[in-house]
Amino acid sequence: MKYVIIGNGIASIGAIEGIRKVDAASEILVIGAEDSPAYGRPLISYLLAGKIGPDRLALRPAEFYEKSNVTLKLGTTVTAIDTEAKTVTTDAGETIGYENLLIATGGIPFTPPIPGADGPDVYNFTNLAHAQTLISKAREIKRAVVIGGGLIGLKAGESLFDRGVEVTILELSPRILSLAFDENAASLAGGRLAEVGLAVRCGVSAKEIQRDSAGNLKGVHLTDGDFLQTDVVVIAIGVVPNYGLAKESGLEVDRGIKVDDHMRASAPGVFAAGDVAQARDLLYGDDRVIPIWTNAYNQGFCAGKNMAGADVRFLGSLAMNSISFYGLPTISVGMVNPPEDDASYEVTAVLDEKKKSYRKLVFQDDHLVGYVLVGDIDMAGMYTAFVKFQMPIPEEARRQLVAGEPDVLMWPDDFFQETWNPGTPE
Amino acid sequence: MLFQPVNKNYHEFCIDRDPDLCISCKVCVRQCSYQAHFFDEARQKVVHDNTKCIGCHRCEALCPTAALNIRNKPSDFRTNKLWRPVFLQNIYKQADTGGVLLAGMGSPVDIPVYWDRMLLDASQVTNPSIDPLREPMELKTFLGAKPRKISVENDKNGKPSLKTKLSPQIELEVPIMFAAMSFGAINFNLHQAMARAATETGVVYNTGEGGLHKSLYKYGRNTIVQVASGRFGVHLDYLKAGVGIEIKVGQGAKPGIGGHLPGEKINDKVSETRMVPIGSDAISPAPHHDIYSIEDLLQLIFALKEASEYKVPVAVKIAAVHNVAAIASGIVRAGADIVTIDGMRGGTGAAPAMIRDNVGIPIELALAQVDQRLRDEGIRNQASIVAAGGIRCSADVVKAIALGADAVYIGTATLIAVGCTICGRCYTGKCPWGIATNDPKLSKRQNPDIAAKKLTNLIHAWGHEIEEMLGGMGLNSIESLRGNRDKLRGVGLSDTELDILGIKHAGR
Amino acid sequence: MKRVYPDKEYCIGCHLCELACITAHSASKDLIIAYRDERAASGLSPCKRVFEKGDTCVAISCRHCDEPSCVAACISGGLHKDPETGRTVYDRDKCVGCWSCLMACPYGAIRRHPIENKIVKCDLCEGRAEGPACVQACPNAALKYEER
Ligand SMILES: Cc1cc2nc3c(=O)[nH]c(=O)nc-3n(C[C@H](O)[C@H](O)[C@H](O)COP(=O)(O)OP(=O)(O)OC[C@H]3O[C@@H](n4cnc5c(N)ncnc54)[C@H](O)[C@@H]3O)c2cc1C
Ligand code: SF4
Ligand code: SF4
Ligand code: SF4
Ligand code: SF4
Repeated sequence: MKYVIIGNGIASIGAIEGIRKVDAASEILVIGAEDSPAYGRPLISYLLAGKIGPDRLALRPAEFYEKSNVTLKLGTTVTAIDTEAKTVTTDAGETIGYENLLIATGGIPFTPPIPGADGPDVYNFTNLAHAQTLISKAREIKRAVVIGGGLIGLKAGESLFDRGVEVTILELSPRILSLAFDENAASLAGGRLAEVGLAVRCGVSAKEIQRDSAGNLKGVHLTDGDFLQTDVVVIAIGVVPNYGLAKESGLEVDRGIKVDDHMRASAPGVFAAGDVAQARDLLYGDDRVIPIWTNAYNQGFCAGKNMAGADVRFLGSLAMNSISFYGLPTISVGMVNPPEDDASYEVTAVLDEKKKSYRKLVFQDDHLVGYVLVGDIDMAGMYTAFVKFQMPIPEEARRQLVAGEPDVLMWPDDFFQETWNPGTPE
Repeated sequence: MLFQPVNKNYHEFCIDRDPDLCISCKVCVRQCSYQAHFFDEARQKVVHDNTKCIGCHRCEALCPTAALNIRNKPSDFRTNKLWRPVFLQNIYKQADTGGVLLAGMGSPVDIPVYWDRMLLDASQVTNPSIDPLREPMELKTFLGAKPRKISVENDKNGKPSLKTKLSPQIELEVPIMFAAMSFGAINFNLHQAMARAATETGVVYNTGEGGLHKSLYKYGRNTIVQVASGRFGVHLDYLKAGVGIEIKVGQGAKPGIGGHLPGEKINDKVSETRMVPIGSDAISPAPHHDIYSIEDLLQLIFALKEASEYKVPVAVKIAAVHNVAAIASGIVRAGADIVTIDGMRGGTGAAPAMIRDNVGIPIELALAQVDQRLRDEGIRNQASIVAAGGIRCSADVVKAIALGADAVYIGTATLIAVGCTICGRCYTGKCPWGIATNDPKLSKRQNPDIAAKKLTNLIHAWGHEIEEMLGGMGLNSIESLRGNRDKLRGVGLSDTELDILGIKHAGR
Repeated sequence: MKRVYPDKEYCIGCHLCELACITAHSASKDLIIAYRDERAASGLSPCKRVFEKGDTCVAISCRHCDEPSCVAACISGGLHKDPETGRTVYDRDKCVGCWSCLMACPYGAIRRHPIENKIVKCDLCEGRAEGPACVQACPNAALKYEER
């Protein structure tokens, strides 16, 4: 088989589209452990909330795989990779040869050791199956505790709440969204959730999950001594790269599978992309795991092109998150919490609590390296441009950015021309 | 009106906004460079201030719902044939400001337009008319001195060739040229458009007195470079850049007056081209300080011929004034290859209104007299005559040629082709059509691609019409019409007028 | 493929392209009704954005990038590249209004729909016989629709 892709998430879709940019015909085999064709993983919270039906999950139209000449092996898990023989083995006992292999196995939920966690009614929230279980559960339960106040935890909480469940979210650190957002943004978001009626408790976590003698879930003991009665517990602390398979097959791993600037892993013909890969970061230049959607697609796309023989460098991952809390949109891109002791950063922040609007820009020297927008997000893309294209920002332009008025006319002239109005035809 | 001079309400125009059509999209607000339209925050809609409207119609033209009409203000003063409103207005204005009245574009005053009093002939039965679509029709025109006679010699194979050495000529596909409008008075985009259109149609444009921007040298084959009293942008390369040099002595709209380009119009490009500092006023003196006699003029003509190595004809442009025929004769005798006569209705970027409206004579009379005088003196062949000042259509061109012109200049018509509505406020530098302005925000309203196309179309259209009129008269070449006054008849003209024009009255 | 190219040299900032865009995407196809009523009632809004800085203006909309950031970012399959036409196609029914694309598109070409949880993005006036409305309406040829 010319191309084999393990995993059927967005990185896999990116790879298929990347391969097809270069190689229109050769057969592609996708082996995925989940049962369904690629779906919008983040959509599971919309599904759980009842905002969309299962019919809207599919990422690409039904004919996509056929048109792209892709064979799908769903519900099938790859159990081993032999990088010498260039084969993969599946749980169905099949051994398949590959010329080019992409490992796009994504992440697995991180579950800390909490006494009592083993047993019924403790769930994760990272895939469709989890969502479906919670949907059927939601009909019969009254209360839920979500452990984790990050993006997935809050989304899980919000969705359950929309299903009529009383929700308490626990976050160990002093504020929610500590990774992607700063204090101001987090407090606006938290405020919005509280307004609607979700209980968010920061600075505490679950010490123990209480079960009765029959093993039925009763509640959660908190680190501050409180006890919360609950019918389900959702553990949504985050995901860790799902690199077990790669590691066992002798590929180099660090925090994720190590890849070079062409998304190549350490064995010939093997590539990795998405939440499982540790790839170059656009801003810092070092290799990191940034488990977000866009990076997964972009890495897959780049890997796909290279698998098909192109020579394309990966530009680098850029952390970016867009998430809304009951109509309050928030966006964060790049570096949003620069180290306080580093004087090369300069932060400007404009907060309007009444309007629920917040704008924080992080500059390093004469570049924009990150930003947070809450509420008024319409110019987000224009800010992203400055981060992504790393354009130098003269003083006057900086004032405009800080005032919330980024625009394309601030771009260097040549770059503007090249981007928007390249050479007129003869 | 509060807080304004009491006579402010005697404004000239009214903006009619149809409330059913106006959607307050602010297009008019953005277009008006006089701030006549504005968005009223209190009323939450676009409204206007009639007193600010100068009647350029830009808003009306761009309003996407056609909600606007610009009208003359209906309110009028008591009818008085002597004290017409314009005099009252002017006096109010001057009583307020103490200043000279300025005006832009050609004179609007009611002085006879002889074009409209002359009619063309057409053939019937004898000397049948010619269909220009089927038969060849020659509009090609050469400007420059022609030999009194030519001699031809045959080589040993009997093949004839011209023995006479011809003077340099400007070759025109159509006897129409874009008139001198200096770079500075109008902007670069239009200069480029004129240069491109002239190239496309095989005619020429005149740089005017502001020099030639270096990027336009490539259109030199279709350029006449002008030398005026300010000598702006004049240097050796400039003199050699075009196919002709024109010494500007006078301008029809302001005979006897120099020019004044305000410093605000001098941006970097203008400065570089005119060779004057950015932001400083560019003043053309009333006379050339080295021309006080025909002999002085002769010296300048030959100095320019020397400089350009006798490769291009030299023209002299004068305003049509009382003694125009005698002056023209002197000019030809001084060695000019082309005499340009600019009538009193000729355009201008800025002129004192009193001069514009009261000095000079109409081009038709001047042209007829100059042609006649040069013929009478037997020197008509020594120079071509170019008529300018108020040529409005191809029939005017045909009539001018029948009166004796070799070609015409069109200035105002050129500007109208690219949008000008003759609002006459060229001197403010705020031209909403982006013509008589160097304000980058306004001048970009003239996209040279569009402007060049429009000017090209205009020359083509007039060319077709001229062919049709010629054909109707049974002529197949513009040559046969030149000075052919028998093709003209006057209507409603006095004997004196007919005599000056050298034409018969209609019916004769 | 043909795209709309803006020329900042000659854009005069009149915003007629925006008006044309909303008219072309309105139910009534009538500027007055579209602007007065449909904007308020259904949140009709233009895909174009006119920027003005000093003396320079430019009107931009989706570039229909070869390798679009918005498609990479879309979590719902609401944006995809049409391999045949090359257009970046928006499927309103799939869109969940997560604003990922709005964040990711570095060209600022995506806006929020003012009323619904949907985006507004240029569709190159899909299905309009005369081609892009903005190009047709531009009085100064500052927008060109051509193959480059
Ligand atoms: C609830 C939720 C919301 C999110 N929201 C956002 C968001 O709004 N924005 C954002 O940018 N990111 C979001 N993310 C993160 C985003 O979903 C991931 O970054 C993205 O899905 C990673 O894609 P991937 O293709 O690398 O991996 P995955 O989507 O994890 O896909 C990997 C696939 O590989 C399969 N697999 C694993 N091992 C094997 C094997 N051995 N054999 C066969 N198949 C295997 C898995 O079953 C899975 O289907 C969210 C994640 C979750 C869980
Ligand atoms: S929306 Fe933005 S990223 Fe997407 S195709 Fe258009 S310009 Fe490109
Ligand atoms: S807003 Fe809609 S189109 Fe944009 S990324 Fe989200 S789902 Fe896709
Ligand atoms: S092409 Fe059509 S949809 Fe796109 S910006 Fe222009 S008018 Fe709007
Ligand atoms: S219609 Fe043309 S000139 Fe007017 S704003 Fe749009 S692009 Fe600019």
